Amino acid sequence: MESVECTDSTGGRPVRGGSPDRGRVRLWHIVTGGVLLVLSAFGSLFVGVAEVTPWGLLHADSAAVLVFLESRVPRLLAILLAGMGMSVAGLVMMHITRNRFVSPSTAGTTESASLGVLVATLFAGSEAVFVKMGVAVVFALAGTFLFLVILRRLTFSDMILAPLVGIMFGAVIGSVTTFFAYRADLLQTLATWTSGDFSGVLRGRYELLWLAGAVTLLGYLYADRFTVAGMGRSFSINLGVAYDRIVNTGLVLVAVITAVVVVTVGDIPFLGLIVPNLVTIVLGDNLRRILPVTALTGAFFVLICDVIGRLIRFPYEIPVATVVGVVGAGVFLALVLRNRNRTA
Amino acid sequence: MIQIDHVTKRYGETTVVDDVCLSIPKGGVTSIIGANGAGKSTLLSIVSRLLPSDSGSVTVDGLDVATTPSGKLARRLAVLRQENHMSVRLTVRELVAFGRFPHSGGRLTSHDLDLVDEAIGYFELTDLADRHLDQLSGGQRQRAYVAMVLCQDTDYVLLDEPLNNLDMRHSVQMMRRLRRMADEFAKTVVLVVHDINFASCHSDTIVAMKNGKVIAQGDTAAMMSPDVLREVYDLDIDVHDLSGHRIGVYFS
Amino acid sequence: MTTRTVQVTATHLPPASAGAFRDARRRERRTLAVLVVVAAAVLVGFCTIGLVGNWEYALGIRLRKVATMIVVGYAIACSSVIFQTVTGNRILTPGIMGFDALFVLIQTLIVFFSSGLALTAADPRLLFAGQVVTMVVFASALYRWLFGRRSRDLYVLVLAGVIFGTLFSSLSSLASRLINPNDFVVLQDTLFASFNQVDPGLLLLSVLLMPAMTAWAARLFARLDVVALGRDHAIGLGVDHSSVVNQALVAIAVLVSVSTALVGPITFLGLLVANLARQLTGTYRHRVLVPAAGLVSVIVLLGGQLVLEQVFSLNTALSVIINFAGGVYFIALLVRESRR
Repeated sequence: MESVECTDSTGGRPVRGGSPDRGRVRLWHIVTGGVLLVLSAFGSLFVGVAEVTPWGLLHADSAAVLVFLESRVPRLLAILLAGMGMSVAGLVMMHITRNRFVSPSTAGTTESASLGVLVATLFAGSEAVFVKMGVAVVFALAGTFLFLVILRRLTFSDMILAPLVGIMFGAVIGSVTTFFAYRADLLQTLATWTSGDFSGVLRGRYELLWLAGAVTLLGYLYADRFTVAGMGRSFSINLGVAYDRIVNTGLVLVAVITAVVVVTVGDIPFLGLIVPNLVTIVLGDNLRRILPVTALTGAFFVLICDVIGRLIRFPYEIPVATVVGVVGAGVFLALVLRNRNRTA
Repeated sequence: MIQIDHVTKRYGETTVVDDVCLSIPKGGVTSIIGANGAGKSTLLSIVSRLLPSDSGSVTVDGLDVATTPSGKLARRLAVLRQENHMSVRLTVRELVAFGRFPHSGGRLTSHDLDLVDEAIGYFELTDLADRHLDQLSGGQRQRAYVAMVLCQDTDYVLLDEPLNNLDMRHSVQMMRRLRRMADEFAKTVVLVVHDINFASCHSDTIVAMKNGKVIAQGDTAAMMSPDVLREVYDLDIDVHDLSGHRIGVYFS
Repeated sequence: MTTRTVQVTATHLPPASAGAFRDARRRERRTLAVLVVVAAAVLVGFCTIGLVGNWEYALGIRLRKVATMIVVGYAIACSSVIFQTVTGNRILTPGIMGFDALFVLIQTLIVFFSSGLALTAADPRLLFAGQVVTMVVFASALYRWLFGRRSRDLYVLVLAGVIFGTLFSSLSSLASRLINPNDFVVLQDTLFASFNQVDPGLLLLSVLLMPAMTAWAARLFARLDVVALGRDHAIGLGVDHSSVVNQALVAIAVLVSVSTALVGPITFLGLLVANLARQLTGTYRHRVLVPAAGLVSVIVLLGGQLVLEQVFSLNTALSVIINFAGGVYFIALLVRESRR
């Protein structure tokens, strides 16, 4: 066997020692980000097959107003909530596992949530949204815990090995899901959870995402404690922080956000991985300070990808997951290879 | 004879081997000494064509190592590097038999088999011959690798730190065996060694390297002098004559 | 050359190596024989069990399935064993490194860029040849890019390969959405390995291609044995390492193309059968390893399908189950490796 050398210079530490002027999030960062987001959000409201223009709305074109209120606005809100939620979930996950490359899409969390939705659909029918969400949360939690158990069996915590195991773990869960979906002839339905798409979002079909929004906010309140937990178990206990409880809280938070997003719009691959990483590279990683930026960036990123998906093959729509999949895999790859060059 | 002519090797900005000219005489044991990072292993790798040089040339008995077919060189020159990780699981016997590949291309003749047995016997590996390499201690494994190199039956044998992983007794035995390979089978043995006293007790010629350059070369007695060694290691080393050998003392 | 007269120390032992190697060869032959028998039994079982009604027709369909499975199984096994040797470790296979996803991407992109031209109407075999050539070029480039720097961090390579696979399949699905925005089914067909709808022309071509590829690879077997020792040992023993690796990569790219073109990606089959073959035969010799892995592969595919259909009367795609087992095995390998 090739003996594998795993001298990990960044050793289980997601934290980059930023230079003093990096890692400082100033108000104008957030304000600029916010303005950009608002502008593009406003723009996105008028991108779509049905012609909706600000002019039409002002003149109370009833068809346009209907499309606007029933479809465009809900869609925008869904995009923002899902983008913020998944990015923050990824950020929290990377802190509590102390690994930059561990996120809901590289820890089996999303795949477990999908399996949960499938199980709920098989046993409770396709309409009970809250049941589906509840089951998905439980599965997402269980899956992530199982991943952490496997992770603990690795004798060293390697920056690269953990996401590798996580991706494979996700693939295994995914094959279980596919197996049962195939048996129950639910492959088409399955695709709606595994491949994120905002085109089906209408008023009355996305409101669950507000829950993800609320949980995201909760993440902000806990931010300092996650930061401490990110420094390690003994370090946290030394500071009088109940480490296990914080980690568990974080996992529940991640599971809820992931499950809600999967149930309402479907999985958006690698979103929770690349956004926090890119933000961390630029701004360092004090969680409390970068969490709002991460949320804004995530929302912005998903919005842009969704608009691209709407325009690239107009009048058809490409699902956001397909667009994010390409961008996300590319960025993830660059991050991994960059990591290698740095440590080599 | 190994002729090294203006060989240079750079990694980015750092020059690891810097315009080295050197000829290593045929026969006997030649040791290359020097501090860490002096370029010894890199030079050895270039001579054994494991690494291309940036400029300059190396010839072995007139054959340019960069252009001569690899298979032809492998019947004339054998090399063993420091790190020998393997992904396949082999027994000692299988490993040693690989030494015959340059001669028989994977189909072992009865002559090959005899040589395999001899090499195994020569390195006292007979009892271990059917064990897998991963079941051996580091020292036993090292002996198995050197046995493979012996089995290759070449005029030139190049070894990078062959005493790695060996305890005192096995280190001495290894050096004696290498000495015998030179004396009894007229092989030319070139080693990179860390311990100057092993180099002193067992080699005919010593080559000293520092910062990528060869700074001194000569017969062992001449090289084992405080002046030369100070130049090589930046360290004051007393040299004493003990039981017929020049021994450097640098521990205090 | 010097004359060799090494006297063996202590007691002169009988020539042990001759016997030891003879025994090893005998063991290898025995294992291969057992595998042949099992594979034959599975094959006969697959063709005959549960054959009712218009049996001539049914047998014809099954024989075509069998041929597909043998070609695909052998192609995956052979390419995986050689790939493991060339990369010097046992957790990498072309499937895991995203080679089959790369082939799907090439297929999709060729359709994507040729939709305006009349290329789609061209001979599918010609098209396939074009895809294979492109595959050889890009697979070699990918290999060189990932392995060229002699970096020893295996996990980075594997992770990068896995993400490359994801990237390739994301790009393929983007491209196929762009070609045909409404058609979900086209995409789905390429995602699941299926032995049921195989293009007969392509199958015939593949059946003819297999012996040629085997002959091409077989020339390399003895040198691949040496390459398995690692680059330095291989060069020291006079093997032109980079030439062998290049030729091996061509063989791997063609084999992956054949299997993926026929049934789509089966990510983990190669990992399973290559390691199983190494364990069963206990040898390093490709002359034995490759056929053994091929036989194991055929046994797994035919036997798995037989058990699924006849015992559990499942119509589930076998590849899903292989990916489940393979994924679990892969995680176990990673965990075990990390403990060294």
